[in-house]
Amino acid sequence: MTAESASRSVDPQLAAPAPAPAASRVGVEFKDVQRHFGAVTALQGLDMEIHPGELVALLGPSGCGKTTALRLLAGFDRPDAGTITVGGRDVTKVPAHKRDMGMVFQAYSLFPNMSVRQNVAFGLRMRRRAKADRLSRADELLEMVGLGDAGDRYPYQLSGGQQQRIAIARALAIEPTVLLLDEPLSALDARVRHQLRAEIRQVQQRLGITALFVTHDQSEALSLADRVGVMNSGQLEQIDTPEDVYRHPATPFVAEFVGAMNRVAGRIADDGQVVVLGQRLPPTTPNAYAPGTAVEALLRPEALQVTPDAGGPGEIVERTFLGSSERLRVSLEDGHELLVEGSSHGPVLRVGARVALAVVADRVAVTERAALAPAISPEL
Amino acid sequence: MSAIGQPVHETIVSRPKAPPQPRPVARRRPRPRAWRVAILVLTAIFYVLPLVCAVKFSLINQKGTYGPQNYTAIVDNGTLSAALVLSLEIAAITAAVAVLLVFPTTVLVRLKLPKLTIVMEAVTILPIVVPPVVLAAGLLQMKETAPLWVVNDFFNHPVTILAPMYVVLAMPLMYRAIDTGLRAIDLHTLVDASRSLGAGWPTTLWRVVLPNVQTAVLGGMFLTIALVLGEVVIANQLDQSTLTFPLQMLEFASQDNAPGISVAMTLAALLFTFLLLFSLSFLARRRGPRAARVVG
Repeated sequence: MTAESASRSVDPQLAAPAPAPAASRVGVEFKDVQRHFGAVTALQGLDMEIHPGELVALLGPSGCGKTTALRLLAGFDRPDAGTITVGGRDVTKVPAHKRDMGMVFQAYSLFPNMSVRQNVAFGLRMRRRAKADRLSRADELLEMVGLGDAGDRYPYQLSGGQQQRIAIARALAIEPTVLLLDEPLSALDARVRHQLRAEIRQVQQRLGITALFVTHDQSEALSLADRVGVMNSGQLEQIDTPEDVYRHPATPFVAEFVGAMNRVAGRIADDGQVVVLGQRLPPTTPNAYAPGTAVEALLRPEALQVTPDAGGPGEIVERTFLGSSERLRVSLEDGHELLVEGSSHGPVLRVGARVALAVVADRVAVTERAALAPAISPEL
Repeated sequence: MSAIGQPVHETIVSRPKAPPQPRPVARRRPRPRAWRVAILVLTAIFYVLPLVCAVKFSLINQKGTYGPQNYTAIVDNGTLSAALVLSLEIAAITAAVAVLLVFPTTVLVRLKLPKLTIVMEAVTILPIVVPPVVLAAGLLQMKETAPLWVVNDFFNHPVTILAPMYVVLAMPLMYRAIDTGLRAIDLHTLVDASRSLGAGWPTTLWRVVLPNVQTAVLGGMFLTIALVLGEVVIANQLDQSTLTFPLQMLEFASQDNAPGISVAMTLAALLFTFLLLFSLSFLARRRGPRAARVVG
């Protein structure tokens, strides 16, 4: 199921009237934040800004520092250097329980000894709100997440998806300044994950709350966030809109990590254009390399097109039908393989057919040949 | 050169059809074998026979006839009642102090100082390794050199001298019970969730962590109470003025005219401890699944 189809299957309960709006929209800023754990550097000078009302997804492989950044913002940990400001206020040394941040965890985090209603009302109880007030607010939020009738149940009586919905309601009950989501969907099955993903986005947009979402699932980050930050080895490699991260990766790591990417040998021509697969295309960053430099062109599967050609340089070795599209693995004469994705409505190409290849991009990103890691096996 | 990275969207992977599952066959309860039954009966005799004999002996009164006089004597005799009250008082204080010391310390070690776990293990096992009589001897040495007011206010009162000693003795029981309870919950996540919702450390410990390890803490407390109700070595060494319940039992056992009362007291103490442990297992059965199960 794609993100689009998931958003169509949103729980109708979410159309219910919005509860009281969250706290006034605030921005978040990390300034040169560093964190070391012994010899391991978790964050090395993180600079990042989250605009008021924006949802930023931090994406990266395990150990890249994304969860450390989230925990520093939540106040569970303190940076070795740098500052974190929320709404212009320095919160670097403010303890977690005084930060007013709602958090949804990866693990099921509901308090097992409390009923669902008590769980949602817990934060309000800590704020000494009147009992009637906090219980009615809890019921209101339970309605919002579509579990209005679950107030008297206990966490062990709920499914994983229901527990995460309650966790979202609990985090929103305190009207947090920032909503923090630490891989909240990773423990759920695919169907619930897609549905809840769309619900989170809808609630965040409706309340206009600033949110930081940490995930290692790139499709989750790209479909959910206003901007996506890609982290690697404690550094923010790029933060941009999902479209720009995907189409114009700032670094070879981002290009490799986000989406599928073909690396094709090319050369910089005398006029500065990139010669690749027999075509001349302008580079995304002009004049980055001198004429004659051997480069690698970074091409998405959908930026390549195949046409049946008995004398063509490629041979289809695998074909995967994906419904509206199909993905082909094409073997070149030099033994390397390319991944090509296109509409499934064109002519049916069988495995073993010879094909010609063409680049259908306006511009092409290039990098030095030695700069990239060894080839990654394609995953279909 | 060319290569391919990972695709951005999940791909649909066709899965081979699962082989048909064999029809579940109703399990027949195996007939117990004779040797198993024999072992069970022998074990039961080993444990139950002395108890039956003790019950029979405790029901024989001074006239040589059967009756409940030895049991009523426990209630009627002021010395016995006072000893029982004193022991229960010491037990309650010991259990409370042990929980107050061990619970937050264990949480702190698990959350913030996991490298100290091995130190905690070693320290809490010391009271088992070092005989209680050594602890008592050390304290008696201190008593001889202590100022008079310390002797009067601390050493000469059974509660103030025995409760701290029993807290030390109860450490292995309490630590292991609480540590096991904490291992069974996702402590880090629960604490983080509580703190992010605005609860300080005391509130988090009291309202979130403690209720979720309640069974373990109760287990530690009950074991501590059982320990206090049976401890005689230190009590005998340190406090001669007032007899605790187990010392009173020994006292009666040494008297020629009332051995039945001593046995009756032993059985009463055993019953009390059994009821405590039974209530614990009852509580554990009620609360256990709530913390562990996730459906769906």
